[in-house]
Amino acid sequence: MERDPCVCVMGEDVGHYGGSYKVTKGLAEKYGDLRVLDTPIAENSFTGMGIGAAMTGLRPVVEGMNMGFLLLAFNQISNNCGMLHYTSGGQFKIPIVIRGPGGVGRQLGAEHSQRLESYFQSIPGIQMVACSTPYNAKGLMKAAIRSKNPVILFEHVLLYNLKERIPDEEYVLSLEEAEMVRPGEHVTILTYSRMRYHVMQAAKTLVNKGYDPEVIDIRSLKPFDLYTIGSSVKKTHRVLIVEECMRTGGIGASLTAAITENFHDHLDAPIMCLSSQDVPTPYAGTLENWTVVQPAQIVTAVEQLCQ
Amino acid sequence: MHCCDSAFFDNVLSYFLLQEMDFPGGKVAFTSKLEFIPGNSDRRVPCYRVLDQYGRLLNDAHFEQVSEEVAVKIYSNMVALQMMDSILYEAQRQGRISFYVTSMGEEAINIASAAALSDDDVVLPQYREPGVLLWRGFTLQEFANQCFGNKFDYGKGRQMPIHYGSNKLNYFTISSPIATQLPQAVGVAYSLKMDKKEACVVTYVGDGGTSEGDFHASLNFAAVMDAPVVFICRNNGWAISTHITEQFRSDGVAIKGRAYGIPSIRVDGNDALAVYNTVKRAREIAINEHTPILIEALTYRVGSHSTSDDSTKYRPIDEIECWKMERNPVNKFRKWVESNGWWSDEAEVDLRAAVRKKLLQVIQNAEKAEKPPLAELFADVYDSLPLNLREQETELRETIKRHPEDYPSDVPV
Repeated sequence: MERDPCVCVMGEDVGHYGGSYKVTKGLAEKYGDLRVLDTPIAENSFTGMGIGAAMTGLRPVVEGMNMGFLLLAFNQISNNCGMLHYTSGGQFKIPIVIRGPGGVGRQLGAEHSQRLESYFQSIPGIQMVACSTPYNAKGLMKAAIRSKNPVILFEHVLLYNLKERIPDEEYVLSLEEAEMVRPGEHVTILTYSRMRYHVMQAAKTLVNKGYDPEVIDIRSLKPFDLYTIGSSVKKTHRVLIVEECMRTGGIGASLTAAITENFHDHLDAPIMCLSSQDVPTPYAGTLENWTVVQPAQIVTAVEQLCQ
Repeated sequence: MHCCDSAFFDNVLSYFLLQEMDFPGGKVAFTSKLEFIPGNSDRRVPCYRVLDQYGRLLNDAHFEQVSEEVAVKIYSNMVALQMMDSILYEAQRQGRISFYVTSMGEEAINIASAAALSDDDVVLPQYREPGVLLWRGFTLQEFANQCFGNKFDYGKGRQMPIHYGSNKLNYFTISSPIATQLPQAVGVAYSLKMDKKEACVVTYVGDGGTSEGDFHASLNFAAVMDAPVVFICRNNGWAISTHITEQFRSDGVAIKGRAYGIPSIRVDGNDALAVYNTVKRAREIAINEHTPILIEALTYRVGSHSTSDDSTKYRPIDEIECWKMERNPVNKFRKWVESNGWWSDEAEVDLRAAVRKKLLQVIQNAEKAEKPPLAELFADVYDSLPLNLREQETELRETIKRHPEDYPSDVPV
C-alpha cells in the first residue's frame, strides 16, 4: 500500500477494527478510511465493488471475513472477475486480490470451517494460491497484488500466529511455483496450507523409521506447478497428496488427474490422496480432528505406498 | 395544587421525562400511539414531465432550454437507435445473427440520458442501453461487428450479440447476469473519489433487476460511502414475462430511495426533455453534494424481452400497440422539435433513408468480415498465456490439422 497508491483494501471490519484476524491492523490509521474501507455486509456486492474499482485502475484487496462467506460472492467472482477481461476483448483488466482466512480451525462450526478451494478452481480467468508460512505469505501477497490477473489468496485460520524471521526488504514470490520444503528420495508428498505442518510432523516420524520423504508445498492451486511436481515424481516414482479439501472434487482430485495424465509412466504405484471427509466440519473437537488428515494417517499412507 | 399533591409530583416528574432518546443512529422522538407506517401511501410518487402527451411544452414546466443542435442530435440518435433495433432484429429473424435485444419504446431514456452526461462520466449498463454508446460515438459498423462476432468486434467474438463495451467511450462491457453492474458502479465511484475526479458514475438497471440482492446492497453502499452514483432504473413494466405487479409491492422504484437515504425522483421515461433535465440535474447533485441519486424512468418495453421470447404470448396485443403508436417517445419528441422549427418531413425522410442505407451496408460488411482466429479462444483469459492454456491450444491445433474437414474453412486458424 505504501508503494502504490492504487492499492486499497475493502471488507467487513477491516478498518479501525483491523480485520477479524487482524491482518489489516494499523492500516486504516495510516492510510485513512477510504483506502481501507469498511463495507456493509454484502459479500457479492463488495466483491462487485472491488471489480468495478479494479476495472477503473485501482488494485483492490478484498477480504472475505472467512473464505466461506465468499460463496455469496461466487456470482461476481465467476461471472465477472474471471470473465470480463476475456469478454471485453482485453479492454478491461481486473487486477484484484480476493483473500481471507479459511480452512478448519478450532471448533468454529461447519459454516466457519469450510475447505472450498476446489469450488473456485474451475473458474476460467482466475489464479489461486495458498500461503502457509510468514515468508511465503508476504511474497505471495505482494505477487498477487502486483499481478494483472485476479488472484484468490487462501490463508488459514490456524496459521496466523506463526512466527518466523523474514527479510525486511522487498521480495516477491512467483504465483505459479511450488515450494520444496524437504528434499528426499523415497516418496513425493504434495501438500499445501495447514496440512504442510501435519506432513512435516509425520515426516519426523517417517525419518525415524528410515524413510526419506520429499515434501513439496504446492502453493499454486491454479495453475499447478507441474514442473516442480513432475521433477519430483520422476525422481521418487511415488506420490502422496495430503490436502484439507474434501475427498470428492477436491484439489487433490484435480491434482491426481493432472499427475496421472502427465507422469503416468513414471509412477511405480497408484497416487494416494489423503483428503478431509465429505462431511460438514463438526463442532465437537474430536470429531473435528478426525474430519481432517492427521499425521498418523500420513505415516501409515507412506508406509503403504513404499511397500 | 399543594407541593404534597400527587398531581404536583406527576408534573415535576413529567418535566424530567425523556421525550426522545439517543439510540445508536441518532436522536429519535417517542410516541405512545401504536401506529404502523402503511406499506403504501395514498398518493403515489408523482411523475416529472415537461412535455404533454402531444409533445407540447407545459407552461409551468421546470426545465432548462436545449439548443437546436442538441435537440436535433438527440432526435436523430433516437431515430437511428429505433432503426438499428428494427433492422438488426430482422437480421436475427433471418438467421444472420443468433440473438438480439431491442430497446423499442425506450429510445428517450437511452439517448436523452446519455446527452445529459459528460464523456468522463463512467457508464455501467445492464443491456438495454445501446443508445448511450450510440450517443457517445460508437458507430453502426461497430455495433454490427459485435453482433456478428467478427474479427473487428472489440470483444473478439467472445460474447453474444448486444454485449457491447468500450473503455475508450467509458462504457463498461455488458455482462449478462442481472444487476452485477450495480455494486461495480459503486466501486467505480470509489475509484473516482480516490482520484477526486469531477465526474460521476451512471448505471442502469431494469425493474426486474431491482429484486436482486445487488440492487439493495449497492444503494446502501453508495449512500454510506457518499458515492457519486446516478442509478437509473428503466421501469418498463416487464421482466421477460413477469409483470411489475409480481416483481414488487412497493410504489415502484423511486420510493425505495427513501429506504437507503438516497434522494430519488420518478420521471416520464418517454419524455426526452424530462429525462434530459432529470439526469443533468442528478449528475450535478451527485458530484457537488457527494450523494448517490436514484432515478426511476417510467416507460414501456414495446418489444419482447429478446429474440428468444414472443411477448404477445403473455400480454395483450392492444396494450403493446398503444405504447408503440400513441405513446411513442420518438414521435412525441419529434413533435416538440418540429414545433420549434428545427425539423421537417423532408429532414425525416432524408434521415431515415440515410440511416437505413448505412445499416444495410454495415450489416453486409459485418457479415462478410472474417471471424476471429483460433488464437483468440485462449488469449485474454489471463494477461499472458499460461502453460496449461498453451498446451490446450497446441493440442487443439494438432486436432484441427489432423481433421481439417471438421473445422470451418472460412475461419482463420
